[in-house]
Amino acid sequence: MHTDLLAELDRELIGLHPVKRRIHEIAALLAVDRARAQLGLKVQPPGLHMCFTGNPGTGKTTVALKMAGILHRLGYSRKGHLVAVTRDDLVGQYIGHTAPKTKELLKRAMGGVLFIDEAYYLYRPENERDYGQEAVEILLQVMENQRDDLVVILAGYKDRMERFFQCNPGFASRIAHHVEFPDYSVEELMRIAALMLERMGYAFDEPARAAFERYLELRLTQPNFSNARSVRNALDRARLRHASRVFERLNEADRTVLTTLAAGDILASRVFEREAACSA
Amino acid sequence: MRITQGAFSFLPDLTDAQIRAQVEHCLANGWAVSLEHTDDIHPRNTYWEMYGMPMFDLADAAGVMQEIDACRKSFPERYVRVNAFDSTRGWETVRLSFIVNRPAEEARFRLRRIEAEGRVQRYCIEAA
Amino acid sequence: MGAPELQTISDTAARYKAGVLKYAQMGYWQPGYEPKDTDVLALFRITPQEGVPPEEAAAAVAGESSTATWTVVWTDRLTAAEAYRAKAYRVEPVPNNPGQWFAWVAYELDLFEEGSIANLTASIIGNVFGFKPLKALRLEDMRIPVAYLKTFPGPPTGIVVERERLDKFGRPLLGATTKPKLGLSGKNYGRVVYEALKGGLDFMKDDENINSQPFMHWRDRFLYVMEAVNRAAAATGEIKGHYLNVTAGTMEEMYRRAEFARELGSVIVMIDLVIGYTAIQSMSKWARDNDMLLHLHRAGHSTYTRQKSHGVSFRVITKWMRMAGVDHIHAGTAVGKLEGDPLTVQGFYNVCREPRNAVDLPRGLYFEQDWAGLRKMMPVASGGIHAGQMHQLVDLFGDDVVLQFGGGTIGHPMGIEAGATANRVALEATILARNEGRDLRTEGPEILAAAARHCRPLAAALDTWKDVSFNYASTDTPDYVPTPAVS
Repeated sequence: MHTDLLAELDRELIGLHPVKRRIHEIAALLAVDRARAQLGLKVQPPGLHMCFTGNPGTGKTTVALKMAGILHRLGYSRKGHLVAVTRDDLVGQYIGHTAPKTKELLKRAMGGVLFIDEAYYLYRPENERDYGQEAVEILLQVMENQRDDLVVILAGYKDRMERFFQCNPGFASRIAHHVEFPDYSVEELMRIAALMLERMGYAFDEPARAAFERYLELRLTQPNFSNARSVRNALDRARLRHASRVFERLNEADRTVLTTLAAGDILASRVFEREAACSA
Repeated sequence: MRITQGAFSFLPDLTDAQIRAQVEHCLANGWAVSLEHTDDIHPRNTYWEMYGMPMFDLADAAGVMQEIDACRKSFPERYVRVNAFDSTRGWETVRLSFIVNRPAEEARFRLRRIEAEGRVQRYCIEAA
Repeated sequence: MGAPELQTISDTAARYKAGVLKYAQMGYWQPGYEPKDTDVLALFRITPQEGVPPEEAAAAVAGESSTATWTVVWTDRLTAAEAYRAKAYRVEPVPNNPGQWFAWVAYELDLFEEGSIANLTASIIGNVFGFKPLKALRLEDMRIPVAYLKTFPGPPTGIVVERERLDKFGRPLLGATTKPKLGLSGKNYGRVVYEALKGGLDFMKDDENINSQPFMHWRDRFLYVMEAVNRAAAATGEIKGHYLNVTAGTMEEMYRRAEFARELGSVIVMIDLVIGYTAIQSMSKWARDNDMLLHLHRAGHSTYTRQKSHGVSFRVITKWMRMAGVDHIHAGTAVGKLEGDPLTVQGFYNVCREPRNAVDLPRGLYFEQDWAGLRKMMPVASGGIHAGQMHQLVDLFGDDVVLQFGGGTIGHPMGIEAGATANRVALEATILARNEGRDLRTEGPEILAAAARHCRPLAAALDTWKDVSFNYASTDTPDYVPTPAVS
């Protein structure tokens, strides 16, 4: 049942508490509506299209995938698969290119969920040779008239999505559920890091762990932070430094040496230089 | 005269629900579904007109049903058929083909014979 | 280690001294031999006479089907004898059959001429089956190496191209044999063909013994049949065919008849197994050269395939025929009037149709067999089946089969055309329902009954034959029954 999926969601995703609450609420509403419909009670046709806003790396695509499964289990999506696209997948490069391209994609997504990342790029009013408008119109039509066939989830930065909705009230009116994805806290990011390290087969020693925590605190304040993705990148860079360090004495390296990241592997990051520069 | 090409021509014309079920069966097998139409139903006419490209990678029949409707609306007086193509090794051919639209007046054929030596006939099927 | 009489004598002087040795001593018993990828392998079911150890019997089979004779001969030393000797390498008791053993024998590739079934069979079964130390012997299965398969062109057309030529996809093909078996004149024969094809069958068929008898000359038959085929095609808009039997007393006559069939525009010709392996290969080559489907009737096979203890298993015949190169082969119905246990018959069908056979003991497939790209043969189910069994036939055999309903078409109370229509409607309804996901085993009769509501001929057929079934104990059954976990 869908409760398994919700439990999976809670288990697999670190933090995201407001999101999980929202998803539970939506799932509950849909389940109750279904039960009511089965008893012959009056039920509004369910609004299923959604909008996920937040910074990159906050789990929007992952949650969209889980949502597709939940909708399928609840009987609102026939096949429950997810097709993830960006503007370039929908919009053509020349006249007449867009409509077939969009329709092709829609056919593939039918029976499941269409996830459009950075959806606001569909609309580029400053460029009059932009073909995004055609895609927008086709999407609006499908979202209105083929709700049994397709669920659409838009995603992107909160402020840009808001501006997009202002310029495209048609879209705004078709979105039933808005879910905000807050940034992770340092503590949550540390847990994500631990999970990633475990999967990669590495571990921090205690000084390294402390160093990484410090690293995150600093990095958070700097621009272009992509949450889980940034953690991943940082760990990859630490691995590179670890490898360079260990390489010189590779024959002597034992299991512990090969799997343990030391503080130095973290502290070499430029993030700390910047801090030093700022405080200097 | 009912032309009995395709896998289900001896049954009453398929309803949309029945067509959809067959398309779902094809998609479940990973076959690419395509539509063709023609006004030349001669049994040796291999190449009907393609209605759009073959549809690969579909998970659900909804997209196919839309195309079938559009094709039938555009060519109500033609024969329209659904084909399912299997690209796995050892097959690489059509696995299912059935008619989903017929003209109101079906085609009729006549057998033409040209006598050769020894009572041998050269046969030719023509539209009547 | 084993008894001394089962040990290969390795000292050459002792080995080649004049006299009589046990086969196992002569080198034909090699337990633990690892078969090479290029070896031809054979599995025999042996019933040794009392007092003959199974290993010695296996070695005797290996010997007598390769280089041995009953006494030592010095001329063996003029050859690389160890290479040419067949090696019996494994012996196991047959489950539940005391006194019967399975014996595996490996043959060096060079023992066989390229592309010759006649040579393959003369080598393996040509000499050993009358051998006195064995009470009974059956060639149960064979593994043909890819190296040898590649010397054969295989089926001239294959299932895929057959369907493309007929433009028929997604369902079994339907056929029937003209009845009565014998006695009709050409003109009346053609009438039966026309009615059945018009009614909805894809193919009609000459019977195996219809060649060119006093009551019907072959050329006459061909002319009337092709008239019927073409009339039916014009009447239905479908491609129709009739297997014209070109079997005759000489190859020259066969070629003459086949050429005439081609001249008349037939899509398919037919031959009987009794013409012999060499003739079959020649006809296969002709069929390939002339873009013609080749149908093989397995006339006469039950004389040697039916008893489990002695003869050649039909699965081996099927393998030889795929190599010799036929497009259709009668392979059994399981539920009709002729011998055929369902699992064993499915095994034959898999040999026909799969690109690679896995080991499948309940279905009688003892070897992994890679078919090296040899095209697939269409199995034909023919003999005592009727429309009421359609769901069972589709469930057992799938789509790539020709279902032939001779009596079931021509014996229909409303006439031949109605009989054909009944079969076609039953088939299409069954396929439609199966694709929708319905379970043919439990819902089959209901599906047929529902279709019969729209089709009086089908209703009549179901009514006429509802109590007909042929339930006798099979003689050729699997030795390995699936355990509950497997089935």
